[in-house]
Amino acid sequence: MALTPDDVRKVALLARLELDDDEIERQSRRINELMARFEALQQIDVTGVEPTFQSVPMCNVLREDEPRPSLHREELLANAPESRDGLFIVPRILGD
Amino acid sequence: MADLHNLTARALGALIAGRQVSAREAAEAFLARIEVADPGIHAFLTVTREHALADAAAIDARLKAGERPGPLAGVPVALKDVLCTRGIRTTCGSRILERFVPPYDATVAARLAAVGTILLGKANCDEFAMGSSTENSAFGPTRNPWDPERVPGGSSGGSAAAVAAREAPIALGTDTGGSIRQPAALCGVVGLKPTYGRVSRWGLVAYASSLDQVGPLTRTVEDAALTLNAIAGRDPLDSTSADLPVPDYTQACRAEVRGLRLGVPSEFLGGEVDPTVAGMTRQAVDTLCEAGAEAEECSLPSVTHCLAAYYIIAPAEASSNLARYDGVRYGMRSREHAGHIGMAERTRDEGFGDEVKQRIMIGTYALSAGYYDAYYRRAQQVRTLIRRDFDRAFERYDLLVTPTSPTVAFRLAERADDPLAMKLADICTLPANMAGIPAISVPCGFLEGLPLGLQILGKAFDEPTLLRAAYTYEQATDWHRRRPPL
Repeated sequence: MALTPDDVRKVALLARLELDDDEIERQSRRINELMARFEALQQIDVTGVEPTFQSVPMCNVLREDEPRPSLHREELLANAPESRDGLFIVPRILGD
Repeated sequence: MADLHNLTARALGALIAGRQVSAREAAEAFLARIEVADPGIHAFLTVTREHALADAAAIDARLKAGERPGPLAGVPVALKDVLCTRGIRTTCGSRILERFVPPYDATVAARLAAVGTILLGKANCDEFAMGSSTENSAFGPTRNPWDPERVPGGSSGGSAAAVAAREAPIALGTDTGGSIRQPAALCGVVGLKPTYGRVSRWGLVAYASSLDQVGPLTRTVEDAALTLNAIAGRDPLDSTSADLPVPDYTQACRAEVRGLRLGVPSEFLGGEVDPTVAGMTRQAVDTLCEAGAEAEECSLPSVTHCLAAYYIIAPAEASSNLARYDGVRYGMRSREHAGHIGMAERTRDEGFGDEVKQRIMIGTYALSAGYYDAYYRRAQQVRTLIRRDFDRAFERYDLLVTPTSPTVAFRLAERADDPLAMKLADICTLPANMAGIPAISVPCGFLEGLPLGLQILGKAFDEPTLLRAAYTYEQATDWHRRRPPL
């Protein structure tokens, strides 16, 4: 079941990738090639097989809820594309 | 003292501890070697000359004061540029992080510093560790020291090439589907992927969190063991790091292999594997048998599904992990954008390369409503079948032996436009990540002047037995003593 360019546009929106028409076309072709190769997965009998999400068996890991020093705000903000008054600056998301 | 850069980490560390060579002289020797060799190799994205000389001076002062800081004190190291280093740019080979300066150290970086190693710089890699040739780096490819027209493998190609070209005695890489072992094989060095959970992933920029693991690339098995001694162990900052004691891995190298049972899975000796490569693997198994091990062919039928399951699971995890690069808190932001969502979309389009976009797209699709059960959940069920095959094999055998790479290093650009051919480079290495078990690649011969690797796989947390066989093989051969022509 091949993906159409419109399917790929929908995935690109979910993935927050602005792809132009050339890229949509190229990505469609590559994804379809790979997915065709992986169709074999659908033939494997996995009835009753539990999925392995972690290769090392683990349960919840807890620690004491104690205050610890955190990273410095100035150092963190120094990596931000835009910051002001100790805050990250982003484009306006609500109307004026 | 001439040619310090040709010494192993262990030999160099011993000279420094004995104060026959200063840490500063060692650092200068490797920095000089980088100046000579790296313009033709491009193993490094950043060279930290000032840091290295200052840290070396501090080690020399401690030695002069009578301290004995340990076998790796003063030994230079390189870190793959997906490992965070406080105050030192960490790019992941990506435009999107070109100017990112981490405010903290990865645990492995901190642990290597704590035993006195000297950071020479950050090694090139495929963007976000996605690739098998280091051609996906946004800052240009690394070249294979054995033949500059060929790739060094990937994604830790800069780390492998740096060690092979004598630009560093130790480099750390990361391995999600073979990214330490495959470049180690193609560059003729030793590469060790520890058990999942053996080494902390804190400060490793995440690609596929259930598969990623940090490990050493070195010229000898003993140097890999020394490095693992320094970086292994529980870290409260990584809840998946195992709370198990860390043995002295260098002691483990010394034991004999007499009586060890080796399984040789037939799935790795045909198909995509070059028949000559398969033949060299059988010869290496014979060498181990002459040393007293016992070997027989066996089968791991589910490993043939590894590639398909991996290319669902890894992209799915990547699509989630890489969602954080949205142009808000760190990394680049596109200059032109409309609105909040437009900013993220444009930033990610400009900041990520083709391969990263492709994996994000596949992963997003595999996790999207209606496809989760068909792809992601099914791939994780197949992963269970793969694990069961290994569990059964390890009831009979102590170790499994395979080739590391199905072929020698391919030419630059040869596979760049064929994503499937590129991914086949990892067919021998993917299963260890899927099962979470440790695996090592050691040099096992040359084909047309290019090195090849032998892969040995062990039970979870049984690095000592793995190292014991790898060391025995290395001592019985002299492949690791050959030097690339530069």
